[in-house]
Amino acid sequence: MNHRYFPHTEEDKRIMLKKCGVDTIDALFADIPEQLRLSRPYALGAQMSEVEVRSFFRRLADNCRSLACFAGNGHYDRYTPAVVQSMIARSEFLTSYTPYQPEISQGTLQYIFEYQTMIARLTGMEISNASLYDGATATAEAMILASGNSRKRPRVAYSSTLNSAVVETLSTYARYHGIDIVEIPEVDGVTSQEALNALLAEGTIGGVILPQPNKYGIIEDFTGVAEAIHNAGAMFIINSVAIDLATLRSPGEWGADIAVGDAQSLGIPLNFGGPYLGYMAAKKALMRKMPGRIVGATVDNQGQRTFVLTLQAREQHIRREKATSNICSNQGLMALFVTIYMSLMGDKGLKEVNATGAAAAHHLARELEATGKMKLTYPNHPFLNEFEMTTSIDTETIIDALAKVGILAGVATAPNKLLIAVTEMRTEEEINRYVETVKAL
Amino acid sequence: MNNKLYDKLIFELSRQGRCGYSLPKNNYPDAVGSIPATLMRENEIGLPQVDELTVVRHYTNMSTNNFGVDTGFYPLGSCTMKYNPKINEEMAGNSVIASMHPNQPARLSQGALEIYHTLAAALSEIGGMAEFTLNPYAGAHGELTGLMICRAYHDSRGDKKRTKVIIPDSAHGTNPASAAVAGLQVVPVKSLPDGTVDVEALAPLLDDSVAAMMMTNPNTLGIFERQIPQIAEMVHAAGALLYYDGANLNPMLGIARPGDMGFDVMHINLHKTFSTPHGGGGPGSGPVGVRAGLEHLLPNPRVVKNEDGTFDLISSPDSMGRVSSTLGNFAVEMRALSYILSLGSDGLMEAGRLATLNANYIKESLRDVYELPVDTICKHEFVFDGLKDKSTGVTTLNIAKRLLDYGFHAPTIYFPLLFHESLMIEPTETESLDTIDSFIEVMRQIAHEAVNDPEMVKSAPHTTPVRRPDDTEAALHPRLTFDEL
Repeated sequence: MNHRYFPHTEEDKRIMLKKCGVDTIDALFADIPEQLRLSRPYALGAQMSEVEVRSFFRRLADNCRSLACFAGNGHYDRYTPAVVQSMIARSEFLTSYTPYQPEISQGTLQYIFEYQTMIARLTGMEISNASLYDGATATAEAMILASGNSRKRPRVAYSSTLNSAVVETLSTYARYHGIDIVEIPEVDGVTSQEALNALLAEGTIGGVILPQPNKYGIIEDFTGVAEAIHNAGAMFIINSVAIDLATLRSPGEWGADIAVGDAQSLGIPLNFGGPYLGYMAAKKALMRKMPGRIVGATVDNQGQRTFVLTLQAREQHIRREKATSNICSNQGLMALFVTIYMSLMGDKGLKEVNATGAAAAHHLARELEATGKMKLTYPNHPFLNEFEMTTSIDTETIIDALAKVGILAGVATAPNKLLIAVTEMRTEEEINRYVETVKAL
Repeated sequence: MNNKLYDKLIFELSRQGRCGYSLPKNNYPDAVGSIPATLMRENEIGLPQVDELTVVRHYTNMSTNNFGVDTGFYPLGSCTMKYNPKINEEMAGNSVIASMHPNQPARLSQGALEIYHTLAAALSEIGGMAEFTLNPYAGAHGELTGLMICRAYHDSRGDKKRTKVIIPDSAHGTNPASAAVAGLQVVPVKSLPDGTVDVEALAPLLDDSVAAMMMTNPNTLGIFERQIPQIAEMVHAAGALLYYDGANLNPMLGIARPGDMGFDVMHINLHKTFSTPHGGGGPGSGPVGVRAGLEHLLPNPRVVKNEDGTFDLISSPDSMGRVSSTLGNFAVEMRALSYILSLGSDGLMEAGRLATLNANYIKESLRDVYELPVDTICKHEFVFDGLKDKSTGVTTLNIAKRLLDYGFHAPTIYFPLLFHESLMIEPTETESLDTIDSFIEVMRQIAHEAVNDPEMVKSAPHTTPVRRPDDTEAALHPRLTFDEL
């Protein structure tokens, strides 16, 4: 057959088969027992031309609603500068593999080094790895790290205010890895510090995972928490939406040992679920326990600054079952994505993004309360750009009514609870349309 | 093409007061009440301050220090560095899907769920499995998910004593590492001199403490495990499950299906067999398939097709649990589906054959100068144990570095661990005879240089943007951020 991805002419095949000492390509599969051979073509249809592939995807995209997004729950509709998409499409970045040959991979290695620096600075920590899959798996990796850190304290506690998909993922990893996890209850929408202290007093907790902001969008107050956790010999792990840390007290400033979370909020499109990016930053003392790739600076034999994968004794291809993690491919290109995003935005841009979203969120919350159809579930706690409403109307009814006018209302977390996020992407007109539609319900 | 200015770190190009963004205005500047100062960030972040063109030049310069499949031949064994078609990129950039939130309700996301379901069904057909999940983010994540499914299977039968997993000594490093994360104890099984699993050594390892056996077929030497029907029978007779590491699936396209070989659970690396770009180390995608009877154990959430043709998301307490925030790296899944549609049944049937032809041709063309430890027909890849003439002192590392001078990426080196000087070559089906012949010529040239000018080979590379880095210094005095320079 002729296909544009296959360069072999009949003459090429003849030359190659001759070199191999066989007459047919099938003869190269003579070692496969006949009963295992596939005796029919795949039931997958004929090849499509580019024109047909395009119309296939267009048809399916047409069968999705394109909505102004007020949903968050850990992932947000953010502005992506044109430069970012243009740069990450460069095929030298896109079509390369993990940088095993540093001499011809300095592009990848250098951006990972820049990424590690930016993530360390954003989280207020000393070091960062080269990325993990997403916020949920990054938090699970932190749990494993904390649990394995001390034989006497193998249990890991997490707040019930942690995002539910993160908790479910943690629970899966804990169940099979054999980690005893325990939930810290909440009081009025925030982690109960009293319950946390009681747990720590048991002397078996090796790690504590708290969210900032939490699953209701609430900014929790961790005053005194690091001290309590450290006095009990445990590690303090903070899970955050990355961009929020430009405005909120950082994990480093709170005294955390490990900062983890999802970095999708740094301009990565929602893409119905990915690719996103999990980050993990930590105190330098933990560098040999970190999962994943780490890039370090060194020199080449000419004395030039050079970047390499380092501390590889932690990794699966060297240590096999004794590795700190099984992670191999991570989210390399997405690390480049957020590195370019943060380069363009700077401190000022990130703060402005947060301020714009927060202002619009507070305005919307106030206007929605004024409709009398919903009220803030936790009015006594501060929030940034996301908040939970308790509704007097069924949330699915609200979601459907707003979808009719081109709006994704939020994420229904219960039949009468709606989690709403507002970012810099939402216009005044969309916000007004949201409010007017709710009023009319 | 290396400009010394733009080649600096982005932090070194920063100047106070420069800016690279534009944002819509804040319409409600007075809306936020007071957030207590104790909750607010005190310190500057310290991100660079750069204008847009500086950012563009900086990253464009950096890209020229990189080597990708679009740059040249990339025979990295077990990584399946095939051409990453451009139409896939265009399809993955669909603007409607790009703006869709992962929690957008199923009734408003039917087309996206159909993309997921269509790809999962195609992978089931290719793998010979009953159902696939696309949720795992990479190959190793797929392995982990698959092993957790094996454990969930035994748990669901009330069988709690199965804590071991058998893994051949030739396996990819991720296999034992994934087993450890899944809470399983690794029991290695040794290979015969021809690189295939020693069935006699396997037999005594199989008892009621074994949860699963992991294999890749063809194995990492590129050799088809002929005993697979017997191995499957033995593993199943012991009550364990057989897991297929799909890293080497490419040569099986159109030839044989893991499900028909007796495998119960498998993963596929979409960034290998299904042509999605590796992105310098991700994002990948590691879908996991299971045979009939195990579907209910797949991770939450599952995408299912209803009788009326609509699609839904379901979560079940019987499932092994959740392994990801979302339905996986969705844009990667779109690329893989675009590839499958572009090749169609006929094209996919051909890919494995051509990949195998390319590998055997290279092997036969170089075996007189490179040591071929296992002399048999290979599939998509094969392993040389360094140069045939070991007297020159030129090692596999030297050969790999010298290849860079000639504009080729190096093969995988020092893996598998079965030989001292492993040089693992995988050409894939998208390489032309011309490209392959030029690679063969260079490999012969290097063998020649090893005799005539060994020092030059040992000190390679000579023409790359940087030369041999000091790895020891990097590990002894780790400097991991700009602040440590």
